[in-house]
Amino acid sequence: MSCLQTIQDYGLRAIGIGERLLPKGEYTLCEHFTLIGSGMIWNIYFGLLALATGFFLATAVALGKASPNRMLRKPAEWFVFLFRGSPLFIQFFFAYFLFLNLKNVHPVFDPFTAAWLGALIVLFLNTAAYTGEIFFGALRSVPKGDVEAADAYGMSGWPRFRRIVWPTMLRLAWPAYTNEAIFLFHATTLVYFSGFPAWRQKGDALYYANYFADKTFNPFIPYPILAFYFILLTLVIVWVFGRVNKHLNRHLPAAQRTKMRFRLNLAR
Amino acid sequence: MFSYCAEPDTLSTFRWFSCYLTNGVHMSFYLSFVKVLLLLAITAPVALGFGFIGAMAARSHFPPLSWLGKGYIAIVRGVPDIAFFLFFVIALDQALEWTRHKVLCPEWTDPIRQGSDFIVCAQAKLPLGTAPEWMHETYGFFLAVITFSIVFGAFAANVLFGGMRAVPHAQLETAEAYGMTRRQTFWRILVPQMWVYALPGLSNLWMVLIKATPLLFLLGIEDIVYWARELGGTKTSQFTSYPHGDWRMWYFLFLLVFYLAMTKVSEVGLERLMQRLSHGQATTGGEAQRKAAA
Repeated sequence: MSCLQTIQDYGLRAIGIGERLLPKGEYTLCEHFTLIGSGMIWNIYFGLLALATGFFLATAVALGKASPNRMLRKPAEWFVFLFRGSPLFIQFFFAYFLFLNLKNVHPVFDPFTAAWLGALIVLFLNTAAYTGEIFFGALRSVPKGDVEAADAYGMSGWPRFRRIVWPTMLRLAWPAYTNEAIFLFHATTLVYFSGFPAWRQKGDALYYANYFADKTFNPFIPYPILAFYFILLTLVIVWVFGRVNKHLNRHLPAAQRTKMRFRLNLAR
Repeated sequence: MFSYCAEPDTLSTFRWFSCYLTNGVHMSFYLSFVKVLLLLAITAPVALGFGFIGAMAARSHFPPLSWLGKGYIAIVRGVPDIAFFLFFVIALDQALEWTRHKVLCPEWTDPIRQGSDFIVCAQAKLPLGTAPEWMHETYGFFLAVITFSIVFGAFAANVLFGGMRAVPHAQLETAEAYGMTRRQTFWRILVPQMWVYALPGLSNLWMVLIKATPLLFLLGIEDIVYWARELGGTKTSQFTSYPHGDWRMWYFLFLLVFYLAMTKVSEVGLERLMQRLSHGQATTGGEAQRKAAA
């Protein structure tokens, strides 16, 4: 079977389009690349949606943590502690079994036990907590002069936040936020190993890599392929976030721009 | 455990739970918490050692060694750590068995990889097929420790590498002016000073290590996640004298609380350590302490 044929059959296997049965017997390199690549669809789906939705909750959490009002501050602090203080792996397990129990209460919760929604919710809350902490740190380092200047111009409340505080916060938080995005995408590989079932063997990249490693008992081919895809994904994220970083810093003289610095410390 | 536990279905709720939570399988569950703590206790120093070697290699002046160190640090960055865990556990096992096979059975001519099989002679198996059960478990745990150490060693190498570079350059130049060799400068000047700079990164790493321990489950160890799933599942009266519904949610809630407590305790402990290390230092932390005392 030619490689093109394999790509046609299995390129979208992870979302249920194409051949139903996974390949059997001797696996070709092409089958490895195609199936693991098709699994990346799920990693990108989880990562992108969690990142996009988590961004807004994170802003709210950061504002809550910075609020002088106890009623807002305490819940935000607890939320951050809960999701940053416990392993994502356990959060997935707990959420899955919680949704299973809720399913018995009301059929509305049916889709929540599937990975596409249930795991997405956990990832959304998790990244919101991590990002919220990053944004909170940035919010506290917004230069005093910027806010005073806004006051002098008669800005206050929403316009001041929207036009002065928020853009500066984003600019300061961006390098750390890039890191968070990279590790969020890495964290998406946990989904199918933590209770959430891969229905009809529709799983993510690591699910297929693990499938190959189990069948062939040879870890030296599927995992390096997975690593290749993830390094590629990481480079894309770094590039996209780098462009945004440039845009956020465009008004500053070159020496003052916040440099993109990458640290490891955000794995969960 | 208690004398009244012989007939569980006749007991009141409180007594039922006191029997249920102390039966044999629950003891295995509690023992698995010890496993997690043991893993932390062994992995942390070993990973620090790996990290130190990695950082030393990365700042070596001999290019291949420096590439090796930097490559080790870089590769873990781009790839999910869980992929490393799944990879190393099989890869290490096969590497060990392959080496033993080459040494112990040199007359064996069949290829080791036959299609989807990995075949070594019986003497090269690890642990030996005749070994008792506890040997298998210990071997699995040993592989897990090595795997964790390799992955977290790379993280630690990155932190220590940064810490070494943060030591003011003038210190090293002064050492050179006093006629110290490169080796002396490294051990007497650089290493004692780098810890203050590396500590924030290392304490962060400790938190990450705590949160990575449930991944033991993926390495085939009977850890807390394994037992929580086992014990929480629905039990009918056919197989146990303590039948109950699906309680996995509550078991995982307990694990969640356990990890939150671990995090809180570590936070407090590390804060104390930082306070102690900052004492008398020319940093903002040290300055704050001085002002508070004055």
